[in-house]
Amino acid sequence: MDLLNEIFVAPFVLIGELPDLFVQTIWEGFVAGILYALIALGFVLIFKASGVFNFAQGIMVVFAALTLVGLHALGIPAWIALFLTIGVMALLAMGIERVVLRPLVGQHDAILLMATIGLTLFLKGAGESIFGGEPKTMITTELGLPTGVTDLEMFGGLVSLQHLDIAAVVIATVMVIALAIFFSKTRIGRALRAVADDHQAALSVGISLNQIWAIVWFAAGVVALVTGIMWGARSDVSFALEVIALKALAVLILGGFTSIPGAIVGGLIIGIGEKIFEVYWGGLFGGGVEAWFAYMLALIFLLFRPQGLFGEKIIERV
Amino acid sequence: MNAHTKPPAMNLNSGRDDGVAVGEELLSVDNVTLRFGGVTAIEDISFDIRKGEVRAIIGPNGAGKTSMLNVINGFYHPQEGTIRFRGETRTKMKPYEAAASGIARTFQNVALFTGMSTLDNIMSGRSLKMNKNFITQMFYYGPARDEEIEHRRRVEEIIDFLEIAHIRRQPVGKLPYGLQKRVELGRALALEPDLLLLDEPMAGMNLEEKEDMSRFIIDVNQQFGTTIALIEHDMGVVMDLADRVVVLDYGKKIADGIPEEVQASQEVIDAYLGVPH
Repeated sequence: MDLLNEIFVAPFVLIGELPDLFVQTIWEGFVAGILYALIALGFVLIFKASGVFNFAQGIMVVFAALTLVGLHALGIPAWIALFLTIGVMALLAMGIERVVLRPLVGQHDAILLMATIGLTLFLKGAGESIFGGEPKTMITTELGLPTGVTDLEMFGGLVSLQHLDIAAVVIATVMVIALAIFFSKTRIGRALRAVADDHQAALSVGISLNQIWAIVWFAAGVVALVTGIMWGARSDVSFALEVIALKALAVLILGGFTSIPGAIVGGLIIGIGEKIFEVYWGGLFGGGVEAWFAYMLALIFLLFRPQGLFGEKIIERV
Repeated sequence: MNAHTKPPAMNLNSGRDDGVAVGEELLSVDNVTLRFGGVTAIEDISFDIRKGEVRAIIGPNGAGKTSMLNVINGFYHPQEGTIRFRGETRTKMKPYEAAASGIARTFQNVALFTGMSTLDNIMSGRSLKMNKNFITQMFYYGPARDEEIEHRRRVEEIIDFLEIAHIRRQPVGKLPYGLQKRVELGRALALEPDLLLLDEPMAGMNLEEKEDMSRFIIDVNQQFGTTIALIEHDMGVVMDLADRVVVLDYGKKIADGIPEEVQASQEVIDAYLGVPH
């Protein structure tokens, strides 16, 4: 009876008694969810346009953040370093398209996946030898990101909002809206959707796949940079960040590999879900559920809804 | 703000002065052979397409018609032989380069961008005509937007021409087949091609849809002066539309000429009806 009480009654009593804690939990989960969503968005962009599952998205986040911090350490002002880093991501995208993707065009998906695993190892090695392996501090204040805390009085308690988290939410929202407009209103956005729909037809209207691939990898690189800045500011910039990208896999399984809204909703569900589960049910498992909650949820989805919440249902004509 | 000149209304042909007069050779296929491993899909085929004509490519199933179209449009690269387009002999040309040089096409099984609306599908055909680059589109919205509006106007003309105004906002994946084929034709027309390749534009259509499509093909050919090469199985349609017909069978050319000649050819009759061995 005790167990049933702890599962079905006690957590809800606690929510009722301390609503401020509940709001705080949701907010923290929401912020983490936004960052998961950003990583997942990087995956989706590339997967939609080229069918490549980019295992290197996580290391791209680390690499972008390291480049930014490293350039600033050379004495370059933060904002200039930011633009230079965007330039580096563009060069990286073009390099990947030319050296990795173009020679492998038309190869089996598994081969392309292996190629991105190789790319992961390459970027990791390059990152370590250029910038060193020790953790670094993100140049948060130099970039003009706020660092204060606002405490809101709510339900007779306090809910504290880190200004950095608020900035993360605002920046992520602006970026997603900008990407949405870019995809729906411009020629290149239309070409990206065309390539995602049908490679042959896209070629027949004069869309160059090589150019489009370089552009999506660049877009994914910029998304990686933003994610790296936000996440680096919350903890520090190190190769451990890469592991967080694995959670994006769970997000993708929830949201579907081809859906941008899916990446966002999936990210939020996992971010908020794991925080709530940790705070209210974590005690049952001795804590630490945040580490595996996302994967457990993904497993359930794989069993019952493998195409995800928003993914295209795979219908094979026989 | 930007200085592109307004094109005359409803002149969908590119207006590119390609130096080829009506009735002269626009495209020439010379001794082309295409093999897939041990299978020879096309064997030593030569024919030409003259500017302004409707050229039909016919033949029984598996004759190599679609392969021929794929060679012309750069999807396949023949092992032997050459393609000469507008007097230029080309080597391995990529499909998007073929599109840039003025060759548009439709597909046997409709290949539309199913997630996008009719409008966006046809707009995608304007990709090559739009020059504002990536950076401008991202950061400097003004000229990029003007360009978008200008091309949108041309696309609306195509939509009116094909009488698909009522479905312009609908995702094409949900449209009936006949309309999808029409949207696909619209997308090809948006390229303002010199040479339009149609792969079975009337396959799977009912009589009424076929009549509509025939009318559009004739109009495209006569109003815009677009040269058309089409593959079609319906002999009635071919005889009505085509100026000249080339007949393939088992990857070989067995006849080439005006419809009446081809129809009378014993070899063609044998290929279609079979001969006792």
